[in-house]
Amino acid sequence: MNDTPSAAALPLTPPRRQRRRLFDGWLASALLVALLVALPVLAVFSFVLDPAASVWRHLGATVLGDYIANSLWLMLWVTIGVVAIGVPCAWLTSVCDFPGRRWLEWALLLPLAMPAYIIAYTYTGLLDFAGPVQTALRTTFDWSYGDYWFPPIRSLGGACAMFVLVLYPYVYMLARAAFLSQSRCALEVSRTLGAGPWRGFFTVALPLARPAVIAGVSLALMETLADYGTVVYFGVTTFTTGIFRTWYGLGNAAAAAQLAAALMLFVFVLIISERWSRRRQRYHHGSARFRALARHRLRGWQAVLASCVCLLPLLLGFVVPVLQLGQWALLTYEQSLNATFVTIALQTLLLAGTAALLVLAIALLLGYGKRLHSSRLLRSAVQIAGIGYAVPGTVIAVGVMLPFAAFDHTVDAFMSRYWGISTGLLLSGTLVALLFAYAVRFLAVALQTVEAGLGRIRPSTDDAARSLGLSPGSVLRRIHLPLLRGSLLTAIVLVFVDVLKELPATLILRPFNFNTLAVRTYELASDERLAEASLPALAIVAIGLLPVILLSRAIRRPATGEVDAALTGH
Amino acid sequence: MFQRLTLLLTATLLSCSAFASGELNVYSSRQEQLIAPLIEQFSKQTGIVVNVVTGKDDALIERLRIEGRNSPADLLWTADAGRLHRAKSQGLLQPIESEVLEAVIPAHLRDADQQWFGLTTRARPIMYARDRVDPAELSTYEALADPKWKRRICVRSSDNIYNQSLVAAMIEHLGEERTEAWTRGLVANFARPPAGGDREQISAVAAGVCDIAIANTYYLGGMLKSPNAADRQAAEKVAVFWPNQDGTGTHVNITGAGVTKAARNRDNAIRLIEFMVSDEAQQWYAEGNSEYPVKAGVEWSEVLKRWGEFKADELPMNVLGENNAAALRLMDRAGWK
Amino acid sequence: MPPLLAIDAVSVAYGSTQVLHQIALTLSHGSIGCLLGPSGCGKTTLLRAIAGFEPISAGSIALEGQVVSAPGRTLPPERRQIGMVFQDFALFPHLSIADNIAFGLRGWSASDRRQRVEALLRLVGLSGYGRHYPHQLSGGQQQRVALARALAPRPRLLLLDEPFSSLDVTLREGLAREVREILSQEGTSAILVTHDQQEAFAFADEIGVMAGGRLLQWDSGYNLYHRPASRTVAQFVGQGQMVPGRWLDTTRVETPLGILRSDAEGTPGAEVDVLVRPDDLVHVRSGDSSASGALVTATVINRVFRGAEYLYTVQLGSGQQLLCLTPSHDDVAPGERMALRLDQRHLVVFPRQTA
Repeated sequence: MNDTPSAAALPLTPPRRQRRRLFDGWLASALLVALLVALPVLAVFSFVLDPAASVWRHLGATVLGDYIANSLWLMLWVTIGVVAIGVPCAWLTSVCDFPGRRWLEWALLLPLAMPAYIIAYTYTGLLDFAGPVQTALRTTFDWSYGDYWFPPIRSLGGACAMFVLVLYPYVYMLARAAFLSQSRCALEVSRTLGAGPWRGFFTVALPLARPAVIAGVSLALMETLADYGTVVYFGVTTFTTGIFRTWYGLGNAAAAAQLAAALMLFVFVLIISERWSRRRQRYHHGSARFRALARHRLRGWQAVLASCVCLLPLLLGFVVPVLQLGQWALLTYEQSLNATFVTIALQTLLLAGTAALLVLAIALLLGYGKRLHSSRLLRSAVQIAGIGYAVPGTVIAVGVMLPFAAFDHTVDAFMSRYWGISTGLLLSGTLVALLFAYAVRFLAVALQTVEAGLGRIRPSTDDAARSLGLSPGSVLRRIHLPLLRGSLLTAIVLVFVDVLKELPATLILRPFNFNTLAVRTYELASDERLAEASLPALAIVAIGLLPVILLSRAIRRPATGEVDAALTGH
Repeated sequence: MFQRLTLLLTATLLSCSAFASGELNVYSSRQEQLIAPLIEQFSKQTGIVVNVVTGKDDALIERLRIEGRNSPADLLWTADAGRLHRAKSQGLLQPIESEVLEAVIPAHLRDADQQWFGLTTRARPIMYARDRVDPAELSTYEALADPKWKRRICVRSSDNIYNQSLVAAMIEHLGEERTEAWTRGLVANFARPPAGGDREQISAVAAGVCDIAIANTYYLGGMLKSPNAADRQAAEKVAVFWPNQDGTGTHVNITGAGVTKAARNRDNAIRLIEFMVSDEAQQWYAEGNSEYPVKAGVEWSEVLKRWGEFKADELPMNVLGENNAAALRLMDRAGWK
Repeated sequence: MPPLLAIDAVSVAYGSTQVLHQIALTLSHGSIGCLLGPSGCGKTTLLRAIAGFEPISAGSIALEGQVVSAPGRTLPPERRQIGMVFQDFALFPHLSIADNIAFGLRGWSASDRRQRVEALLRLVGLSGYGRHYPHQLSGGQQQRVALARALAPRPRLLLLDEPFSSLDVTLREGLAREVREILSQEGTSAILVTHDQQEAFAFADEIGVMAGGRLLQWDSGYNLYHRPASRTVAQFVGQGQMVPGRWLDTTRVETPLGILRSDAEGTPGAEVDVLVRPDDLVHVRSGDSSASGALVTATVINRVFRGAEYLYTVQLGSGQQLLCLTPSHDDVAPGERMALRLDQRHLVVFPRQTA
């Protein structure tokens, strides 16, 4: 035998080839899926060059300024609101102890189950001029209209308040996970450098949690930008209402698509600039050893204040609207609660569950693909694929219909021509199209969670497993999945709840004779029958509640792998 | 095991697309609860299975357009003439000849080319606070631009199709220039920025925020029948005034349906429309949502009788669709949010 | 029989940046090698290329005659039977110590696996810790678990990537010796990556010095120290100073320390630098009559007490500074003069560098 291997030894044996193909197969399928998911977004962009100058002139001269201004104000106030509620609550529940802390910890997530449009209905019912609050004020003080000032619920401010109340849990949840995974060492270092607990919070804990807070805010903002139901109901004209007004009212699809494309570009620029702003910073703590923060016990007025701070968002974002819905439901349940209702509830449950699993699988494929291969193409494709979260559901739905129908028509034409069979629509109008739309719409939520989780697993862990004989797929199964359990559960729950609440895409894409609770709620509410709409709305909240409680139990445990194991190990 | 599961799942997912021949497929922007009992009745009478997707008119039309000649939909059912006209102008509907429909439905309530047919009419009159407004002060839509109504009028947003249709009709009657002047005057009289639906406007009148509202009658009807006592009390405080009785008549829109161009069950689709103009269906359909039957001689519901007879605008319905974009631009210019 | 590891002209490039240039070395069965160099020299990249984590852009890597890496073809790490121990240990936090060690033992029967895990726990001195979790162990213990885990499947070759750098110094030396012992008990061949030459000397049979992505010399520790192949190796391994000299004839070099004799032959008249290690200079105490050879006197500039010895920095009359190692009893204060004698077995001579 030769001492040095010769080139003749190079032709590789078949099993080795297979392995390589599997390795690259991951990249290929991740790329394919990312491009597929990006397709609807690209379909919308394909209208960008269509001429629509006259509509733009009209919009520019009349309403475009309002759309932009209102959207920006919404974003600003929602950002301030969700941070102002989410971060203090997260901080208090993760480093302090005060009466009620244990159950507030998970109860603070409950508003997540409340769709923004439903909370808008209920608060309008409560706070509108004709509602019980103002009526009571008038009877008590013998006022009549014009005698007193009451904040108008149907206003930009009202819309901001609604979004803040149901979206702050994103910031709360992610900030809390970040606070819990911070090592005590960093905070203690800051104490030894002379920073008090408050400065420690602002100079160390908060900056370290910054990516988590920003991730939470961006989820909240994307959902705000995509919202149609709430702002329309409140008569606030935003970029999104503008898209529909242009499309339906002016009948100009091209200009509407261009507005939508502008919205997506705007979001894209925001995301990129945020990434750029922290390009050099690393946020995982390097130490292999980790000591959890010790809780600081609050006493006296501090404890009371902490309880109140955490109780208020829960009351306003969940308890009050649920009570109002419950009161309405009591008026109507006899006629609404029937077999059809149960069927719809079950259909919704199944649909949301399937969608959540599907979206999670895609997020894992893409997230892990990015971990395996630093392909620029894949990164860009994933970024475009994730933008769907900021795009109104209806736009996504049209973006889904276009390629699906094109595919169906092609197959139909081919089959008719060569076999004389008309296949009609194979995918359009099926649950496949609907599930695909959910994937496009909600991928960002799952991806963000999964990627954050993967980022906490050090790369050497993968290498170690590979050197012990595991293929990339097995590494995912035997190392990452167990370590990511918390993140995966979070992703599933978030997508599940989002699908549960999703309306516009479901409305357009769903198959014949298929309804969801959100559709039922919308149909009744759009007919202005709020009382009748309350039962399906309550059902949405109730079904969403279960996984949210599950999730909150999961995030009670810190999210680093080390600590995960620390808790399971005992 | 896994493979079998996948197969099963795929079959379930795709089965929704498979529609047996002869089954009638309907895209409807009328809420399910408003049409389900009638469809059930129709199926019982004819043995024809009907499948329904409900949704917003514009979105359904878009779906129809994208699905093209392969669309499974046989019938498009909407709550607005403008949308039916849009579907027609995009080539999504087909003309049908039906002696029944031509005989029963007045010409201005159906398409000139027989591509769609009105099934009920819905009126958008003025509503006023019984205790604060003397109906003698009221006359026409045009008169609402008078400064004496300053801060006394509640109307919902111009995003809403009913307002778009109203302005589209005004453009036809008055011309664009005068309509814009009228719209500016009306907007100047708003008591508050437009928000909420028609019911909210009616409630606002009842609560004293404003004195008059422009709203569709069936919302008032819905409030009168509401399970919520507060709604019923509010509705009692508000009365209907039929404007423009000496001129063009009160603005009405229709709910209606048309057979799609891609229809594979054209005959069954026609049967359903014909069924809808039968006495029985007309009565139930109109009564269910406090709308007006298109068929003459069908008995009105108690609520409708209470509001009284009125002269309806007999403008051909397709005008509403044709003028829709112009109306919207005009409202944008006039600052009607 | 082919060598265990044969690396032939291997280059690695990231895009247009080449990080490894034409590396060649062989490692025979049972021996322990080491890659030594400053951070950024490419030693970890080479290690990862051997493990299969980095594809190579030129050359080939063969294990027992089987080519495992060639340009465009990389046998994935999991099929190489190469174990690896990581700088941060990379224990799986969700698995117990026993499960961590058993991780690579797929396809083994349960009883074999249990026995192997027990044996390894004993080997690394952690019997009874099988049910613990990684976070419950100290750094040194975690490192032993990482070693046991890598050894468990009996890899053909074990790679250790700066395995001791995160441990404190006292622990480091002890553990390095211990690991060396364990490896020889298991009969495992290994390659260690480190920037610490003491660790390299203590651990390896053969050491490769790397700098700037190149392998400068692959040799025994003794040879690296006493027969460095290049100026860079001489400067990186051990301490020492270059003293200017000139070939008098083919075997003798004239220096400020006197005329020195060389084994190798040079070109008469050529200017050279001669490497002088601290231990090449012997302090000649006054009155020591046994002194022989050339004596020079130098002024003490500075000295560092090292316990068993002093490291002096001294200056010759010519201004040339030198390092000198003496027993710790030889106490000469800075500013005083001391007599030195050059006691060199092999003369290390490099051609004079032109500026």
